[in-house]
Amino acid sequence: MSEKKPALWLRVYTFMAYLFIYVPILVLIIFSFNSQKLNIHWEGFTLGWYKVLFQDQQILLATRNTLMIAAIATLVSTVIGTMAALAMQRYHFPLYSTSETMMYIPIVIPEVVMGISLLVFFVLIHFTLGLVTITLSHIAFDIPFVALVVRARLHGYDNAIDEAAMDLGANELTTFWRVTLPTIMPGVLSGAMLALTLSLDDYVITYFTAGPGSTTLPLRVYSMVRFVVTPEINALSALWVLIVFVILAIGQIAQSRRA
Amino acid sequence: MKSDIAVEFHDVTKIFPTPEGSMVTAVDHVSLEIKHGEFFSFLGPSGCGKTTSLRMMAGFEWPTSGEVIINGKEMGHTPPYQRPVNTVFQSYALFQHMTVFQNIAFGLEMEKVPKEEINRRVGEALEMVKLGSMGRRKPKQLSGGQQQRIALARALVKRPEVLLLDEPLGALDLKLRKEMQLELKALQEQVGITFIYVTHDQEEALTMSNRIAVMSKGKALQIGGAVEIYERPNCRFVADFIGETNFLTGVIKTLTKDRVTVLLNSLNQEISGIPQGELSVGKVVAVSIRPEKVRLADDDGKEVRDLRGTENLLNGKVVTTAYIGSDTRVVLDLGASLRMRAWEQNSISTLDPNAYYSAGDAVRIYIPIENTLVLPEDVS
Amino acid sequence: MTTAPEPKSLKRKFSLVRALRENRVAQGLFLISPANIYLFLMIVLPLLLVAGLSFLSRGEYGQIVFKFNIENYARLFNTLYGKILLFSLAVGMGTTVLCLLIGYPMAYYLARAPARTRSLLLFLILLPFWTNFIIRIYAWMMILRSGGFLDTILMGLHITRGPLNLLYTPTAVMIGMIYEFLPFMVLPLYTSLEKVENSLLEAAADLGAPPWRAFLRVTLPLSVPGMIAGTILTFIPAMGMFVVSNLLGGAKTILIGNVIQNQFLTARDWPFGAAASMVLMLLTMVFTLYYTRKAGFGEELLV
Repeated sequence: MSEKKPALWLRVYTFMAYLFIYVPILVLIIFSFNSQKLNIHWEGFTLGWYKVLFQDQQILLATRNTLMIAAIATLVSTVIGTMAALAMQRYHFPLYSTSETMMYIPIVIPEVVMGISLLVFFVLIHFTLGLVTITLSHIAFDIPFVALVVRARLHGYDNAIDEAAMDLGANELTTFWRVTLPTIMPGVLSGAMLALTLSLDDYVITYFTAGPGSTTLPLRVYSMVRFVVTPEINALSALWVLIVFVILAIGQIAQSRRA
Repeated sequence: MKSDIAVEFHDVTKIFPTPEGSMVTAVDHVSLEIKHGEFFSFLGPSGCGKTTSLRMMAGFEWPTSGEVIINGKEMGHTPPYQRPVNTVFQSYALFQHMTVFQNIAFGLEMEKVPKEEINRRVGEALEMVKLGSMGRRKPKQLSGGQQQRIALARALVKRPEVLLLDEPLGALDLKLRKEMQLELKALQEQVGITFIYVTHDQEEALTMSNRIAVMSKGKALQIGGAVEIYERPNCRFVADFIGETNFLTGVIKTLTKDRVTVLLNSLNQEISGIPQGELSVGKVVAVSIRPEKVRLADDDGKEVRDLRGTENLLNGKVVTTAYIGSDTRVVLDLGASLRMRAWEQNSISTLDPNAYYSAGDAVRIYIPIENTLVLPEDVS
Repeated sequence: MTTAPEPKSLKRKFSLVRALRENRVAQGLFLISPANIYLFLMIVLPLLLVAGLSFLSRGEYGQIVFKFNIENYARLFNTLYGKILLFSLAVGMGTTVLCLLIGYPMAYYLARAPARTRSLLLFLILLPFWTNFIIRIYAWMMILRSGGFLDTILMGLHITRGPLNLLYTPTAVMIGMIYEFLPFMVLPLYTSLEKVENSLLEAAADLGAPPWRAFLRVTLPLSVPGMIAGTILTFIPAMGMFVVSNLLGGAKTILIGNVIQNQFLTARDWPFGAAASMVLMLLTMVFTLYYTRKAGFGEELLV
């Protein structure tokens, strides 16, 4: 847009808006060092809650579950979603618009509805709720997002490079493996990242499809927020923010390096 | 010997379904033979079927009917990776995720050529297109002209029987394009393989090719060498598409094997010319006269050199002149609101303004009969 | 000597692969099938089950009575639940509109900021977006409760004299919703605004339009795809929200999402919950269809 510096009121306004976004996070982090257990008033500085955090078995278990589920869901949904994106972007086949509509449904229905429908489904077929059902559900909502991202990236794809590969002696499979896939890889990775994030962070759908014994990090956080309100949660939150910050920062640097 | 012909089309037709549901005939019963070692071009406007024809040779499209024969074998429905031909694409289609070296080596890898030989041949290919030091680079670090040469090297390194080129110079600027035309031609003569070239630029086709196929609306209208196509076009489209020409409409009065007389309706004057294509007495025809074949003389007795007595004579008036340097381009009014262009070569060097025509001059227009071509009005 | 017959399975396998190679339709179907099958089983089928369930009812001992009736829907539209529906609609629309109003100037600034500032600001907006949203709601719990952070500051500065008691009110829920959905609105808006070329505004100025006019007639209309994408990304999830109202709204603020959650987990009246879900879905679908028919999905913004 224009090169003129934006108006002063706009800068002030934006600054206030960012403040609105970040003050809660800062409060969260600061109070993770609060030595008062009830965490209402500031009492003193301590690192003790971080120690408690790292020794909290339930949290460790929940973290392990979350990572496992996210890894599997990302892998499966990326493969299926990429295949679907390729299909929709480059081929004509019967029931095309039906497939497209099915692909968009999970994106436009509220998570609650999806969550309870999966619950109903699993109960109906007598499939015990647990980590497996959570993973299956995650795959279901991840696939459309992967497909969406990969499709968007496929838009500028020059089909001639596939033809060139075949012209040079590669059959269809080799062409896909050596030319098509490497070329769309950035888009596929974007889709995978999106799937990973959605899965790591998911609360609602996980909530409905989890069994009594299975817990993930978001579920654990929720119950802590409701019932175990000590600065341990703040410590967890602060750590979470830090990790995300580091990962995003690395991503940014890597991107600007490449450009 | 069968091995004289590199690629042959036997009554090849290609019909595509359009997204709206109807059918379009991209290539319409085309038959031709391309010899080994030829530089053969498909020439025509966009949509004429030239690229589709090339793609059927490469294997990216399969003919709806007819045979595509490469090196004596029918290959119409053979996949591209099993054909002894290679393609240079209009968009270059270089693999962006590979280095220049890897791009060129790709085809050899597919042939399972051993590593040392790959290294050697890729090096040679790079040298051949004068980009020896660029092996490590990625395609997007190269200029358009350099990318084009890499695309060329990538195809040639496989030593194909036939090289197919789909408007490879289209994205280059004029100067570079002219340079590359000469380089490609030299390369073809050096390597000795058959080049099959697609272009819409007739100057390009005329410069580089041994033979040209002029196409329009899916049909191959005329196939021949540059001189033949230029001097003896067989229909109005070819005469119009190649070079510049004037058209006069008339009706055939008399017709023999090598002479035809035409009555020019609006001028009420008869001229003689060479018959081309399918003609019959009484048929409406287009008379094609190239501007550079026209000789002018003004009425105050200036003699025209090189008249041999076999010329048509028309009368007219000069409307405008444009001095180009090497020649003067004159627009003439023949009467009955007919215009004709004439290009007079400035073979004498003089600064005398009276030596050049100016607007309003009455002139005599001499057109050699052998340069008056009488063509059918419709595309054959 | 008779030659052994070619094993039939091998011959069939070859022609299947060949068919796949030559036939583009077959290739397309092959690629889309895993997604189609999976999504049908896990999305379409379950939704159909829920639809069916909504027309049944709950028996005395919690089992399902297989008798077709529309009592669930009737119950939904009576005074209590009808109010909740309307309230949810209000919250959803309110959140969307407020996010739009608050977020638009932010996106506008972002689109016009110099490149380096811009990437920093984008980074800063994405950062909270990537953290767990429950944590962020919890932060607001800390801030809004009596004697919490906000109260401490306000009372310390003598702006108020007693605790505000903001927690567990609809206001708190709105604050939480806006906080949650703001990035979803700002990012598409930014993408859309960023694409407005400088030359268009210069042309407007050249033709005599003052800046505010140029904004209204050029910039604003061109940012509509972003507004639509942002609205979809905000309204639909907002309608189904129950976490925010659980944490920040207490027992006083009930949205349709809470009703559904309740019916499925506590009250165990699954048919009724199913009906509530169907109504929610219908509301959001009507909304989405209406909007996307007008101006597409805004997928072009993803590129």
